[in-house]
Parts: sequence; structure tokens; C-alpha cells
Amino acid sequence: MSVNTNVLGSNKLKRRASLTDTNLLLIITIIVFIVMYVCAVIFLKKGFTKPQMFFNILNENASLLVLSCGMTLVMITGGIDISVGQVTCLVCMACAVHLQKVNEGLAQGNVFTSVLIALGIGLAFGIVQGFLVAYLEFQPFIVTLAGLFFAKGMTTIVCSDRVPVTYDAFVKLARTEVNIPFMGSVNKKGIYIPAYVEVGVIVALVVVILLFCLLKWTKLGRNFYAVGGNNQSANMLGINVKLTKFLAHVLCGLCAGIGGYLFFLHACSGSPLHAQGAEMNAIASSIIGGTLLSGGVGNIVGTLFGVLSLSTIKNIVTSLGLEDAWWTNITVGVMLCIFLLVQSVILARKNKNKK
Amino acid sequence: MANSAILEMRGICKFFPGVRALENVDFTLREGEIHALMGENGAGKSTLIKVLTGVYPKDGGEVWLADQPVHIKSPQDAQNKGIATVYQEITLCPNLTVAENMYIGRTKGPFTDWGFINRSAGKLLDELGIPVSPTEQLGNCSIAIQQMVAIARAVDMDCKVLILDEPTSSLDEQEVQKLFNLMRDLKAKGVGIIFVTHFLEQVYEVCDRITVLRDGKLVGEYIIEDLPRVQLVSKMLGKDFDDMAEIKSGHESENIDLNGTPVYQAINLTGTTGIKPFDFEIHQGEVNGFTGLLGSGRSESVRAIFGADRVVGGKVFIDGKEVKIRKPLDAMKHGISYLPEDRKLDGIVGDLSVRDNIILALQVMKGFFKPFSKAQAEAFADEYIKLLNIKTASQDTPIKSLSGGNQQKVILARWLLANPQYLILDEPTRGIDVGTKVEIQKLVLKLAAEGRSITFISSEIDEMIRTCSRLVVMRDGKVVGELKGEDLNQNKIMATIAGGES
Repeated sequence: MSVNTNVLGSNKLKRRASLTDTNLLLIITIIVFIVMYVCAVIFLKKGFTKPQMFFNILNENASLLVLSCGMTLVMITGGIDISVGQVTCLVCMACAVHLQKVNEGLAQGNVFTSVLIALGIGLAFGIVQGFLVAYLEFQPFIVTLAGLFFAKGMTTIVCSDRVPVTYDAFVKLARTEVNIPFMGSVNKKGIYIPAYVEVGVIVALVVVILLFCLLKWTKLGRNFYAVGGNNQSANMLGINVKLTKFLAHVLCGLCAGIGGYLFFLHACSGSPLHAQGAEMNAIASSIIGGTLLSGGVGNIVGTLFGVLSLSTIKNIVTSLGLEDAWWTNITVGVMLCIFLLVQSVILARKNKNKK
Repeated sequence: MANSAILEMRGICKFFPGVRALENVDFTLREGEIHALMGENGAGKSTLIKVLTGVYPKDGGEVWLADQPVHIKSPQDAQNKGIATVYQEITLCPNLTVAENMYIGRTKGPFTDWGFINRSAGKLLDELGIPVSPTEQLGNCSIAIQQMVAIARAVDMDCKVLILDEPTSSLDEQEVQKLFNLMRDLKAKGVGIIFVTHFLEQVYEVCDRITVLRDGKLVGEYIIEDLPRVQLVSKMLGKDFDDMAEIKSGHESENIDLNGTPVYQAINLTGTTGIKPFDFEIHQGEVNGFTGLLGSGRSESVRAIFGADRVVGGKVFIDGKEVKIRKPLDAMKHGISYLPEDRKLDGIVGDLSVRDNIILALQVMKGFFKPFSKAQAEAFADEYIKLLNIKTASQDTPIKSLSGGNQQKVILARWLLANPQYLILDEPTRGIDVGTKVEIQKLVLKLAAEGRSITFISSEIDEMIRTCSRLVVMRDGKVVGELKGEDLNQNKIMATIAGGES
């Protein structure tokens, strides 16, 4: 006969659910961002007291925000995509050359066709990389590394110089400012200057909302989490793991296309030096936002706050008078380490409590 | 037959590189019956189940569901065709909530209706008496709860065929009863249930029919009344079976010199894992055991002896000389070996070959910079594969593709090769079939007869009584008694564990 103990004993009365890992990490991220920003407002003053400072962060990072959201999707499924930075670069260059040709009358087209080009490039990368990762089961890191080099090469084939865009309709769109009511400030001469965001920010926020809904309320979104949590179990639970991974890469590619176009909109030019290292910023933002590299945990709202935290810390470093790029890099590196430390300590303590 | 067959498998074959996992196996499941699938480890039960659920493609044979030939391509496909499965290992996602795990992959439409799944999961959990909130993250629940959630998911699927692959190994008595009631309800509704388990009592409690497999082949299908236990066991092993009695007589005749210097002696050994300081000694040729309920500290005690967990106080003597054992390597150098409780976690290196796993401990003791020659390693591996009767395609097979019992034997071989004076076996017989269990018990007694000392831990008390000559009883991290000779019987042990006199 066997001796059994009542394993459930201590659990019998516990009906209230504790926080999921995803929500716990999200809360940490939001708290850190708010503390950081409030400290900046109180101690640094300078621009931080004005709402426009916050909107400028959005203006400059609309592209990064979209790239990071795509990255978050792939990371939730347990993968990674390091090609997004160079895809952004390629998108900028291709669109810039296209619009300049249209401007010079060498090609048919308008702003709309340039958008189609951007989305097409992003989708193409997503589909090919997704196929290699999901159906041929290659390592996502290696596949997207290949994608990175491919995109880099393609960019210089399209054009190896900086291409500024002078096409009227596009420049007009790029310069459009969307005013935010009640958030403006009065300058020294007493003139009211309204707060504004660029068109790109609106697009980026729409992407954030759509992807948030996707992850929260659709089966596909939940399948991303299941696959990242344990892909063998996901298979046993009746989820098409390959298709799910494929779609994650396709969506990430699409985000790279959109993010690329937003970068283009902000920079108004194409250049082989555009968006260098953007994929690393996107990965950093996702991780700060509570996405785990091991997969299964992450949140789009967290990623939004990850992007904001990353750029706020950069702005803080700059306004301290440490203009050199390496100071920001060191700060970001240290911050990433601290974040990982805090996350692992909190997760470890939580898991300890349950035993 | 009164009931019609809802599932028929005819001539199923499945080959893995070097192994014939299934050869021409037939299996029939009728409406409203509970059908036990029995066999030793490696007999092909799990493979048959995985072929049926589409995890492995079959290499031959056909499957008929309700008189229709079907081809099952994937686990999704099996689910859609009304085959629900609860696997031995938990196949749920630890990062999702309980409710999601119950409904993911089987709701209609592209959206997740949180209100609906939380409500219906809550209702179902209440009905089944599973004490967990539907919005709890699965990873925060105990293994038993996770297993019950997996069962709840399968039960809710309106399936025609329910497969339970060793679902009871992590459940306690009460939960097993709950599960059995559930199975009887489903049976009354006409569901056919395939039940795989190692516990014979459970088979005779709920099942109607038994199919026995051995070495990937069908032995036969029997109605439960026609097959007494002894016969079932002999069918599973493929031989007539009096080994149990043999064991007992084997060790009664042994005489151990209890007055000599102990091989191992600990005084006031203090660990950090919640056990009280304890004294312990073992003599040459002695088999002793630690017993107690799960969590009473029996594993923690032997881990402290081996230095696997941090030891903070106490004295240790080996052959009368005081030594310091701070980490497992110290213990190994003093001739102590330890076979851990959880072989997946502490024991096997899954991707290494059987040979590499066998020589691992000896290699560590010799030092990594003096590797064994290939010929020597092969000779060692050959010797122990034969000695312990390990079923493997070759020495080069990765250990993870062996069945549980054979993995356990490989680890045993590893420690025997290190030629220990004192061998600690923590639950060496858990999750393996009766035949291998008996083999391992016999081996323990043989080793003791050769003059080694052995500590043997098992959850099954009769197994302990058969093998050990002395039992240390633990309760709540404390040694509460030591039993030997006349006192070594079921009642006395239970009374000591429970703390009868107070």
C-alpha cells in the first residue's frame, strides 16, 4: 500500500486569484515610469514641467513604439526578431527614392503608393522569416540576423547616399501637427503655444490599441501566450503552433513596415544610417515593459511604458548636461540591468510564497 | 458483445530508430466502459496513446471511430473527433490562467470571451470540487491542482473517448476517489475511457476490461473478473511470478554485525532544510530505510548525509574516522553514492548517451582532464547494461528516449560503477513497473550481501518491509522511532508514523 498525504491541505481555502506574472511585471513598469517622470519634474524642472516635453518624447519615438510592439508579439511566442531596425532603414530608403522619382516625374505614384511599398517590404520580411522560423524550425535569432544583413545590403543597392524628400504632399503630411486641447503653455511674451503631436504618434497609438486588443481578446493573441509558455503543451491543447509562430513573425514584419514608414515621416529622408540599432532599443523597451525573453509573459501596455521609460531616461541624462552619446548608452545599460534584477527578485519572491 | 465498439485500432505499428515500439497491436474500446491499458515500462502504452491522439504518426494499421475509418493528423484533429486526453506529464501552459487552460484551443470564433470562460470554468471547478479560482495563473497552483485542471478540461469536452494516461500519480487518496466518481458518471453517459496506471488496486476498483501489452506487442484483452491480480502481473511480465516471496526469504538469512564500527555514522547532523538535528548510523551489509509521510523530511535527511543540501552542524564518521562532508563530491570521495528522488531534475543528462550517463560519476571522481578511453567506457557501459538488463537500442542512444524504468537503471548503474561502500537510493522504484521494481529490490539485497551498506527509501511500505532490516521513522522533520526485527510490520510502522501513543 502507498502512503499519501493531502497535498491540497494548505490550499483548500484559497479562492482569491493572485496576480499573473504578466500583470505583476506591468505594474512594476508603470510605477517605475511614473516615479522617474515625477522625479524629473520635481528635481530637474527645465522642460519636464511642460506637457510638450512628454509629447516630444512621443513624437520622436512613434516609430520605436511600433517596432517594439511587433517585437513584443514575437518575444511572447518565445522568439526574437533582430531585423526590424534594418528593415526600417530599407523602408525609409525605398520610400524616399520612390517619392523623389515621383517628384521628378520619373515614376507614377503618390504618398499612398509609398505607404504600400513600406507595408509590402515589412510583410515580405515577416512572411519569409516567419516561414523559416515556424515551418523549417530554424533558430529565430539566426534567421532574423540573416534578414538584418539582407536588408542592410538591399538598402545600399537602392541608394548608397542620403536622400532628402521634397515631394510636396509628403512634406505637408510630415509637418502636420495635431493639437492637443488644454495642454499648451504660455511663453514669455504671453502667447499661447498649443501642445501638439505628429501624425505618426496617432498611427502608433492606434497600432498599440489594436495590438493590445489582439493580445487580450482574440484567440490568436492568447495562442501567442500559450505557445510562448510551453509550445509542446500548446500543441497538445490543440493549438496550431507553427501557424501561430508564423503569424507572430508576419505581424512583427508588418509592424516593422509601419514603424519604418513612421521613421520616414519623422526624418523626411532616406539614409543608410537611419534607425541603426533600433532593434536593440525595441528589445530593451519590450524587456523594460515586462516581456520575458523566455516567452509567455508580456504586455503591449508594458511595452508602451517601456518605450516611454527608455526615452525619458535618455532625456534626463541629456538635460543633466551629459550630452555625449556614451553617457546615455551607459545609463540605458545600467537601467536594463536594474530592471532585470528587480523583475527576477519579485518573481522569485512570489514563487517562493506559493510554496 | 452487448455494447458497440466506439474505437477500434487494428494492426497498429510504430517504429523508432532502432526500436519497434508497437508491432501489430489491436485495441477495442466499447461504449460506456473503463478499459485499463496495462504493461511494463516500455511496453508501448504511451506510444499507443500518442499514436491515437495524433502526436506520433503511425507506421501501419488503421483506426476506426464509430465504424468510420479515420486518419488522425494532430492533437487538434483528435480533439475535434471527440478524443480527449489527460497526459501523465502536465500538458498545460503555466503562464496562462486556470480558465484559459481549460478552454484554449477549443472555443469557437476568433475572440476570447473572458466572461464566458471564467464563468463556465468556475462552475465546472465547483462541480468537481477543485479548490482553485478560475483566474489564478496555473503556474501558481500545486501539481495536483494542475492535474485536476487538465482532467476538468478533458471532461468538459463532450468527448466520446477519454484517455487518462497515469493521471493519479500526483493525486492523493481523496482526489483519486473524486476522479473515480467522475469516471463512473462519464461511463454512465456512454463515454469510453482508456485508463493507464501502475496501481493495480485502482485498476480493480474502476475498470471493466484490461488490455495487456508487452514489448510493443499485444498480449491479450480480458474481462476484469476473469483475470486475478497474480495472473495480470504474470501476463505483464511474461513469466510466472513468485519473485516476491523469494525476496523475503533472501534477506532473512543475512546476519549483520551490528557491534562493529559503523560504515557511516552521523551525530547531531544539522541541515538547513527544516529537519531537526539527528543521529544516524549504518553497518556493513545492512539495508536500512527512512520512512514517513511525504514532507516528513526523509529525503532531506539523506540529502544532508550526502551533502546535497547545506549542512551546518554535527559530526560525521566514516569507518570510525571523523570526516567533513560539505558537498556531494566529498561524499563521493568517501564512498557514498546517492540516487536522487527526482531523476528528471537531479539525475539524468537527457541529451547525453546511455554510456556517457553511466560513466559520469566515475569521470567526475577521476577528474575531467583524465578522460576514459573509448574502449574502457564501452566496456563499463556494456557490463552494466547487461547486469541491470537495461533496455536500450545501443550505448549511444540518448538517455531521454528510454522509458522511465530504464532511465532509473542507468542512473543506478552510474552509482554502482563508482563502487560505493554506502549507497543511498531515494525512491528508486517510483513510477516504474512491477517487474523492474522487483528487479531493483533484488539488486539492493544482492549488493548488501556483497558487503555494501544501503539506505532505501520508498513510499510503498511493503516494499520497505521486504528490503530493509531496520527502518528510521520520521515525522515533521524529526526522527520519531527506529524499528527492526519483530516490529517491522505494517501496523507498527503506521502507528509510529501517526504517533500512536500520544
